[in-house]
Amino acid sequence: MKTESSTGAAITFDKVGKSFPKKGGGQVTALEDISLSVEPGTITGIIGRSGAGKSTLLRMVNGLEKPTSGKVIVGGRDVGDAKGQALRDIRREVGMIFQHFNLLSSRTVFENVALPLEISGTPSGEIKKRVDDLVARVGLQELSARYPAELSGGQKQRVGIARALATQPKVLLSDEATSALDPETTQTVLELLSDINRDLGLTILLITHEMAVVRDIASHVAVIEDGHIVEDGATYDIFTEPKHPTTQSFLSSVTGVTLPHFIARKLQDTPPAGPAREVLRITFVGDNATDPLLARMSSELGLQVNILAGAVEEIGPRPFGNLLISVEADRAAEARAYLESHEQRTEVLGYVS
Amino acid sequence: MSANLINMLMEATWQTIYMVLVSTILGAIGGLPIGTFLACSQKGELLSSPWLNKVLGVIVNATRSVPFIILVVAIIPFTRLVAGTSIGTTAAIVPLTIAAVPFIARLVENAIRDVDSGLIEAARSMGATPMQIIRKVLIPEAMPGIVLGLTLAVVSLLGYSAMVGAVGGEGLGDLGIRYGYQRFMPEVMGLVVLILIVLVQVVQTVGEWIARRVDKRAPSNRGA
Repeated sequence: MKTESSTGAAITFDKVGKSFPKKGGGQVTALEDISLSVEPGTITGIIGRSGAGKSTLLRMVNGLEKPTSGKVIVGGRDVGDAKGQALRDIRREVGMIFQHFNLLSSRTVFENVALPLEISGTPSGEIKKRVDDLVARVGLQELSARYPAELSGGQKQRVGIARALATQPKVLLSDEATSALDPETTQTVLELLSDINRDLGLTILLITHEMAVVRDIASHVAVIEDGHIVEDGATYDIFTEPKHPTTQSFLSSVTGVTLPHFIARKLQDTPPAGPAREVLRITFVGDNATDPLLARMSSELGLQVNILAGAVEEIGPRPFGNLLISVEADRAAEARAYLESHEQRTEVLGYVS
Repeated sequence: MSANLINMLMEATWQTIYMVLVSTILGAIGGLPIGTFLACSQKGELLSSPWLNKVLGVIVNATRSVPFIILVVAIIPFTRLVAGTSIGTTAAIVPLTIAAVPFIARLVENAIRDVDSGLIEAARSMGATPMQIIRKVLIPEAMPGIVLGLTLAVVSLLGYSAMVGAVGGEGLGDLGIRYGYQRFMPEVMGLVVLILIVLVQVVQTVGEWIARRVDKRAPSNRGA
């Protein structure tokens, strides 16, 4: 998922730009110079605040929006150029789910899932068989004859997912699919998406403003701000080593590792006179993430370590920890050297007296 | 009350029902596609053709701004052309239909515009053609609104039908004018009004019942 477009990518954005004519003349640039490729079978998250352009970017994959410059290639075909039947053929290979589900109120669960098959002209015998399978896959067999108004939000999104899978697409687009759901329901819907990704080898491209969604299911992530991708890469790398301030601020909302207020207030950039303590952020990564490294450092160096905040997170199967500690300022360099020799990352946040 | 009068009332009721029913059906046949087109043909919409949309909009507005009684007499030559005669109950169906088409078209347009645009986006993302979106998404989703609109149209046409006496159309309105007013028979007038009230009540009740049955948006309607 880097700038050069590898030929095997499921989705490739090649220097994509999008601008809209502004009221009263001029142009508004929604996206600029976006290059990103999404490998087949991966779950990729695009995270950004509202208005960052992520929704426009997602809609280019199935041609609901057209790029004003650059190319969007899906399954080897240029979506931006496709029109009429060619575009509709691409769309049948790209499923989409929505924040507000967009189910037809006049159709039952079964009929909603059948809609894309009716549209593609599938014979009714096959529709019945396939829809029954899909409804069972998302666990709604019992509710097949119900109308959307009778379902909970999570159930509606399951119908949305079944419907998006009906034409056996290779790519699934998720437009803030869990943003209207409560945290528990969000988890079950994310698990369903993970299962589908694993079982069907489906490529999933999702947009969200919640880092937790990315952490829970995405293997890759791109951070978008003001129409630009400011950072992208493997989710684990982005979480353990965020570079851009936007990424860092998204992360602070999910990792929950921030300094307690009474310390943050006293924090200074330079060591104060007299006895002082240095405040450090340690990011535990890889196999050492679960080692009792601090305890060992404390006994080996004879250092007093004060733990201020911390958490161990999991990204996919890999754990990583985030700890905020303070140590005596005059021996802090020693502590950092010890930690770095054990392949942990440290960052000096400041000093307190 | 004489048996003769009762017969007249029954016949007039039937004539009114006949005129209103036929003109509603014809009005719906014309109004449904026109209303659908109006709802989908503005710039950037499914059937985007802004020019035709404007022209059609002007025609619809023009027809709707002519008072019905004027419309009835103004189109007498056209009525003769279509119905073979310009007088009588059947001939009256022509102006009633001409009034019904733009009225129903606007009601259908409003009902379709009320459909959540997210559903259109979902259907487009499935690779639906504009016609598929109209047939499988917009019209079914707008159906509760369309049914209520048609109910409103029937009630309005019941009112219009009282004016067709001007061109020899019969029915309750005509009976009320000729007997109740011109021959000063207040009991006839009273009965005509009573029957019209009952008809409107029946139409409104049935219309709302059907609209509720086709409306699956509220959970309480399960199995209704």
